[in-house]
Amino acid sequence: MDPKKTLLSWPVVRQLRSGDFLGRGPSVTSARTRGLEPRTSTADKVVQSVCPYCAVGCGQRVFVKDGRVVQIEGDPDSPVSRGRLCPKGSASEQLVNNPGRQRKALYRRPGGADWEPIELSTAVEMIAQRFVESRRRTWQDHDEHGRPLRRTMGIASLGGATLDNEENYLIKKLFTAAGAIQIENQARI
Amino acid sequence: MQDLSNADCIVIQGSNMAECHPVAYQWVTEARLKGAKVIHIDPRFTRTSATADKHIPIRAGSDVVLLGALIKFILDNELYFKEYVVAYTNAATLVNEDFQDTEDLDGLFSGYDDELGSYAPDTWAYASSDGEGDESPGTIGGPAAGHEHGQSQSERSAGDQHGSGGPALEHARVLRDETLQDPNTVFQILKRHYARYTPEMVADTCGINVDDFNYLAKAVTENSGRERTTAFVYAVGWTQHTLGAQFIRTAAIVQLLLGNMGRPGGGIMALRGHASIQGSTDIPTLYNILPGYLAMPVAGLHDTWEDYVGAIGNKEQKGFWANADTYAVSLLKAWWGKAATAENDWRFDYLPRLSGAHGTYQTTMAMLDGEVEGYFLLGQNPAVGSAHGRMQRQAMAKLKWLVVRDFNMIESATFWKDGPEIASGELTTEGIETEVFFLPAAAHTEKSGSFTQTQRMLQWHHQAVQPPGDCQSELQFFFELGRRVRELLADSTDERDRPLLDLTWDYPADENGDPDAEAVLAEINGRHLTGDKAGQPLSAYTEMKADGSTDGGCWIYTGVYADGVNHAADRKPGQEQDLTALEWGWAWPANRRILYNRASADPEGKPWSERKKYIWWDEEQGRWTGHDVPDFVPDKAPSYRPEPGTGGAAGLAGDDPFVMQADGKGWLFAPKGMLDGPLPTHYEPQESPVRNPLYAQQSNPARKVFPRKDNLWSPSGDEPGADVYPFVFTTYRLTEHHTAGGMSRWLPYLSELQPEFFCEVSPELAAERGLENGGWATIVSGRAAIEARVMVTERMTPLVIRGRTIHQVGLPYHWGVGGNAVVSGDAANDLLGVALDPNVQIQESKAGSCDIVPGRRPTGEALLRLVAEYQSRAGSTVMTGNELRTGHPESTPDTRGG
Ligand code: SF4
Ligand code: SF4
Repeated sequence: MDPKKTLLSWPVVRQLRSGDFLGRGPSVTSARTRGLEPRTSTADKVVQSVCPYCAVGCGQRVFVKDGRVVQIEGDPDSPVSRGRLCPKGSASEQLVNNPGRQRKALYRRPGGADWEPIELSTAVEMIAQRFVESRRRTWQDHDEHGRPLRRTMGIASLGGATLDNEENYLIKKLFTAAGAIQIENQARI
Repeated sequence: MQDLSNADCIVIQGSNMAECHPVAYQWVTEARLKGAKVIHIDPRFTRTSATADKHIPIRAGSDVVLLGALIKFILDNELYFKEYVVAYTNAATLVNEDFQDTEDLDGLFSGYDDELGSYAPDTWAYASSDGEGDESPGTIGGPAAGHEHGQSQSERSAGDQHGSGGPALEHARVLRDETLQDPNTVFQILKRHYARYTPEMVADTCGINVDDFNYLAKAVTENSGRERTTAFVYAVGWTQHTLGAQFIRTAAIVQLLLGNMGRPGGGIMALRGHASIQGSTDIPTLYNILPGYLAMPVAGLHDTWEDYVGAIGNKEQKGFWANADTYAVSLLKAWWGKAATAENDWRFDYLPRLSGAHGTYQTTMAMLDGEVEGYFLLGQNPAVGSAHGRMQRQAMAKLKWLVVRDFNMIESATFWKDGPEIASGELTTEGIETEVFFLPAAAHTEKSGSFTQTQRMLQWHHQAVQPPGDCQSELQFFFELGRRVRELLADSTDERDRPLLDLTWDYPADENGDPDAEAVLAEINGRHLTGDKAGQPLSAYTEMKADGSTDGGCWIYTGVYADGVNHAADRKPGQEQDLTALEWGWAWPANRRILYNRASADPEGKPWSERKKYIWWDEEQGRWTGHDVPDFVPDKAPSYRPEPGTGGAAGLAGDDPFVMQADGKGWLFAPKGMLDGPLPTHYEPQESPVRNPLYAQQSNPARKVFPRKDNLWSPSGDEPGADVYPFVFTTYRLTEHHTAGGMSRWLPYLSELQPEFFCEVSPELAAERGLENGGWATIVSGRAAIEARVMVTERMTPLVIRGRTIHQVGLPYHWGVGGNAVVSGDAANDLLGVALDPNVQIQESKAGSCDIVPGRRPTGEALLRLVAEYQSRAGSTVMTGNELRTGHPESTPDTRGG
């Protein structure tokens, strides 16, 4: 018999002694579980954030260790959510760390059968060139009555409801200055 | 959100709040624990119904009949909040004598134009006090003056501009009869309009029995008034209809009659589905508006700066929209800085012009026609999430180039190799000439910025880590794209490139060398440009000037960066604040949490009751005070009366609580602004097995239709062929997935919780069609056929409509066909066609017609044959469902699209 185990370590006695009557607390720990530490207590820093899914806007606490997100939990300080998250909000650590998440830029050429790797900066330069060319090709100065239009109908965009206000602002500002008007997002849907 | 816990009764309609906005639902639960009654009105029994006092099943798309009957019940039994209604709404206001109601014209209001398929709203205007003699342009009395035709308003989706207040009126001189007896008062018009919306009509149209209706009517009226308040909650179950905006208007009328607007535990709560969908409407990535709900200029209407300023807000109307010129000049100064001067009208000419509707569906059709070369997808997956997925994918296959910015390889990024049209043989990979760039996006933990949640509150999220690999935020990407485009054009002498080259595009870098999000927020907030405060942030939009001495990218957000402090990042713990929690985040406008909260006090400025005390007039201090930021001129006494005819904020009387409305009143009747009628009236959905019981006019005569071979509809009502698609289908969301799945179907946790696409059917329908629980079913609409696992459940209730049983099929729409997600499946949205609400150009996706049969769908060409066989049996042609006027054999229907 293990000398460290005494009568007092009998489960039922443990439960009574620790006040854990339902057997869901300290009385049912093992050496292994006692040695575990929550990721949240070993994190280097905690950052306040907001759930990226729906518009309830639940508060999140993002736990970071070694430059990596290790856990995301509800922020008890939020007057809206009071620390709660639904399954989506609770899964957002996986949204960020999912091994299947795309981390590299990819390119599919016209008629191509598959993706090809591409340097990010090359891709952005190619997009800028296509932007300028399509804008030039599809430019409309005036309508049939000679009234100013000053626009391109050749470039469109969809998305924004999952993005930050500051990002939407730059998108609308750049596209409007370029004369591209077909800018839409989920709010129309 | 928290304010819902103050309600005494909550009606949730068009929303499954417990499952789709679960964490917000805690406030409903809290209200219920305090004794509030909760009623859930929805086609399906869901967890919301399970935790409510009562679930009332309704036929999808019939909500106006139910709410209209509620209005009639309130009026007939004199249960409206008399003092509130007389003082704060336009009930006493007189409407133009020429106005004719749908009751007079069998389903049309006066002003319908058969040619254009839309309304000229001039007869809906208020009667004028100026008498016969005043013909001056722009007065309310001159019916033709100042009323833009509905066709043109619809094309620029003018309804969206009212996101922060009502439309402009020419001035504030109106006639009122506070006894409410004059037959031309809004009050009397309302009575006549809803006279036939009886409980029996509800039973016959919605499938709701008279007892259930009475239960609802009693609960709502008993819990409204001085001492008590009722709240309404809705989501896209109300918006995604060809009559969507009017569904919400009907609820607004109920809430105004009962005195529930601007008061704690009252109002109408919109539950939106994306983290910043409110923000992307306020600072719109939308075609028809500029930041802060300023209109995008339209060719022919706003050719000059004078035209534009006159149209967006008139100095003679009451309220804060009269200062729209200061908002517009500040925006132009923010974008074009020194290049924008008084001499060049602030570079108003740099703005591109609209010339019709350029919404996402019109753009999709333009792609099919080869007019669009390049397309950016920014965290959105139209191949799965937009109506008529087939049309979306086929349109993208016509692009020259496509940029997809997302976390994962969504179906919209891979349709060219694994989309359903490749499987069916309609498209081939080699044949798709679209060049596709996939650029990985940074997550919310990898960038700083603000989201605006559903109650207009901005909350800052702080960057926690660096984005991995090539992942970039949109801020990084678009700043860089703008920089490169400007570089490519740097030597251009072409005048058309000036707006890009003169653009202010010089954001300081943060510690990682990326554009600083807080600097962008500061530009949005605005600053003083001249004088001793030059360079300092503005504190309130009332500081904005039209003389170029201020800038500001979105006037309604001014104040979020007051004193150089990022108030979106305010984080005083909720436990240390009262329920309103003004020091957590920042809500527009001016950090106000309940809009129009002046209405929480009586005309003298005293709280309506101790129990519902919120904002009141403090006589000693001569100021409004209370639990929230008062939504009123802070020191304007309740007794204040302006000189007649005064415009702007100064024109508001001390008891005009609706400060963004052109007459300071809550609108029971909308003399302007709604394109399909000044009062909500029932029309059937674009596709419906039921004939409109109220009028010969079947569907909304002003809706936007697109008669095209790839957009066929089922015949409706008693038309021949309607029985080919005998059932109603409705789409919805699940707790464990997020819209088109881009942020959920790639996550193993969430995919495991909801792995497979399914359809919900009642045991009765299952028996009728031989469907087996857990087996497969094929669902066929006028556009597509899809397969789903069958869930037979009593949560679906067959409804009896005029003796006929109507079955509804429920379809969660999160899945899509592709090769990359953890879980995939057919997309419910493939079943949908494109028909739009005229006010906001939103599609009808909550009600459609279908057939359902056991077994899996065929594949390859056989699938196309199945769809075609149904179409031919139903006799559907491009004209089916697309006749705007119905039941009037003498009229020539017009079918042009929007
Ligand atoms: S199983 Fe899911 S929904 Fe249930 S408590 Fe856990 S996380 Fe929440
Ligand atoms: S945790 Fe759930 S309810 Fe809260 S914001 Fe996220 S998705 Fe919405």
